[in-house]
Amino acid sequence: MAQPLEKVDRRDAKLALAHLFVAFTALALGGFAGLLQTLVRSGKFELPAGISYYTILTTHGVLLGLVLTTFFIIGFQFAAVSRTTGALSDGSRRTGWVGFWLMTIGTAMSAFFILTGKASVLYTFYAPLQAHAGFYIGLALVVVGSWVSGFAMFAHYARWRKTHRGQVSPLLAFMSVTNMVLWLVCTLGVAATVVFQLIPWSLGLTDRVNVLLSRTLFWYFGHPLVYFWLLPAYMVWYAVIPKVIGGKMFSDSLARLAFILFLLFSIPVGFHHQLLEPGISPFWKYVQVVLTFMVIIPSLMTAFAMFATFESYGRSQGATGLFGWLRKLPWSDARFFAPFVGMLFFIPAGTGGIINASHQLNQVVHNTIWVTGHFHLTVATTVVLTFFGASYWLIPHLTGRVMTKAMNRLAIIQTIVWAVGMTFMSGSMHFAGLLGAPRRSAFSTYGNSPQALEWIPYQIAQAVGGTILFIGIILILVIVINLAFFAPKGETEFPVAEAAAPYERAALALENWKLWIGLVVALILIAYTVPIIDIIQNAPPGSKGYKLW
Amino acid sequence: MHIHKYEKIWLAFGIGCLIVFLTVVGVSAFAAGQQPPSCLTTIDPEKVDSTPPFDHPGLVKKGDKEYELNIVVAAFSFTPNAIEIPKGAKVTINVTSKDVIHGFEIPGTNVNMMVEPGYVNSLTTTFDKPGEYTILCNEYCGAGHHMMTARIKVVE
Ligand code: HEM
Ligand SMILES: [Cu+2]
Ligand SMILES: [Cu+2]
Repeated sequence: MAQPLEKVDRRDAKLALAHLFVAFTALALGGFAGLLQTLVRSGKFELPAGISYYTILTTHGVLLGLVLTTFFIIGFQFAAVSRTTGALSDGSRRTGWVGFWLMTIGTAMSAFFILTGKASVLYTFYAPLQAHAGFYIGLALVVVGSWVSGFAMFAHYARWRKTHRGQVSPLLAFMSVTNMVLWLVCTLGVAATVVFQLIPWSLGLTDRVNVLLSRTLFWYFGHPLVYFWLLPAYMVWYAVIPKVIGGKMFSDSLARLAFILFLLFSIPVGFHHQLLEPGISPFWKYVQVVLTFMVIIPSLMTAFAMFATFESYGRSQGATGLFGWLRKLPWSDARFFAPFVGMLFFIPAGTGGIINASHQLNQVVHNTIWVTGHFHLTVATTVVLTFFGASYWLIPHLTGRVMTKAMNRLAIIQTIVWAVGMTFMSGSMHFAGLLGAPRRSAFSTYGNSPQALEWIPYQIAQAVGGTILFIGIILILVIVINLAFFAPKGETEFPVAEAAAPYERAALALENWKLWIGLVVALILIAYTVPIIDIIQNAPPGSKGYKLW
Repeated sequence: MHIHKYEKIWLAFGIGCLIVFLTVVGVSAFAAGQQPPSCLTTIDPEKVDSTPPFDHPGLVKKGDKEYELNIVVAAFSFTPNAIEIPKGAKVTINVTSKDVIHGFEIPGTNVNMMVEPGYVNSLTTTFDKPGEYTILCNEYCGAGHHMMTARIKVVE
């Protein structure tokens, strides 16, 4: 008789589903804003009723960059932790719900001030543009809520370790904890600027703000933020996809090592977003550029592990020749196909990232629409397609349903639509950016400047891509709603791969959190202490707030 | 920890490339002086109009074919906004902001830097090709952000 499927506890499933529900609502609204942006930028369309382009853009950035990602990730990780280390304790689950409601109330509050035009400061809210205090307070609640949920996961993991002394923790739990440690350490920076600088200043308790300090604290958070998005996608690649295709995980301990390297090298690197800024010495910029590039090592490990998994599986199925294994992969299974397309897009995406972070090349692309093209490949394709791929088993697993063949086919089409739309939109963003077209800008010919006229064909191509992508958003919403409410009842597996080789002792050593957190702190201190002291000691007079929209 | 032989080769190759790459970047930064704009001079953003050189913004001749171009940036304009530069001139551009953060970009060239209140930013470039160039703001600064522009004419 077949073994019963290992399932996420029903009460934990509800917690995870609540997060996914907010995430997909954000996708629907944010996706519509994205469509409007591409239409405006084509020059052929104007927003009705005097709605500002920048209100729409703030909505899009906050909903997709911050809300969709954070909610999906925390929901997914609650499910992963519950699946691999057992049902949450009542205390942990209650803590998780407190986190969820804090984040949801915070989101609603920020959204209210954005949509009423009181916070058109974009999702990076650079001072001295000054939003309504409610916008910053809402964001602070989102961050605090995510911490509360992080602590629920830590507590659950600690309890598992106590009752399983001398055992290596399940890979997905280890990875979730690593990602939440990363998140906790990096959000300290953004929380510091929001709580100690921006909230008192927007409430009128202080009248001036140190602009460079605020930006530096923001970017201390802003880069690790992108790894917080990426690591859950890697969790799916390392720990789920091998099972989906019917193979084994290439190496459990190397996967853990890769995650620890991401934790170490994704934080002390925010200056690569500030390369063109005054007030920071080029020496410290270069130090952080070097640290930035260290993440190439775990990235190469990840690429190797993926292709090794695919090839070993193909050969175990009798594939021969150099590329024969490719034909053995389950191309018609959306749970595999969507993340796989995401992986392919990471090849140009990663290459673009190397260009952006280069000490000198950055000057060519900084703040051009090239950068927007870049992160629509990384987060809006690689990460998002992997999240979609995970939803195809996660949602039916949590709701006790099964994905039908028709929905699977629709999911394959969705993936192709997304890939085509993104190729148009992101591709033309990259080209226009190389010609100098700025990002975060409504349509303008800059007084019929010959340079700006050259960008228009690319902007029209972006609108074509944006329209195709919006069709992709409608398709994914149809699939998700079907899986949540209408798909036939049944049991769906939450796939978790086994390692090809038995656990190594090394894996146990990798759970030395005191060591890793100590190293993280040391690297941060090396990279940031001197420049931050400089920024504070040599600060110019602070800035008053401006509301220029 | 067991690492497959091919993975060792792959990582050794990757790390080797990384070292070469970072060395090239480092040498061109510190030996050849190709650093990103990182001026450390500060200024009171509310007294820009009375602080030299921004009290008289514009092009200043400093030597044979050497110029300084001082530009005041504020929502939503560059001052001055029409500039003539002789072809082949080596120009050091100094900028500062009177209000929020702006960007300073000349599409089609490598001129690109952040303009922040309280700081002067600076870079040096040579205008070798005659013609019209556009200055634009590439950091969001408010409702008129995409209208912020100025012209440079490089003349024989
Ligand atoms: C229908 C799909 C989408 C379309 C048409 C779209 C379109 C756009 C456009 C045109 C911009 C740049 C506008 C500008 O700089 O002026 C933009 C910015 C952005 N997009 Fe998207 N996008 C889509 C999906 C996504 C997704 C799925 C994510 C994240 C997961 C995302 C995250 C962002 C972020 C963070 C920004 C930056 C906002 C800013 O610079 O303030 N987008 N998007
Ligand atoms: Cu970054
Ligand atoms: Cu601007």
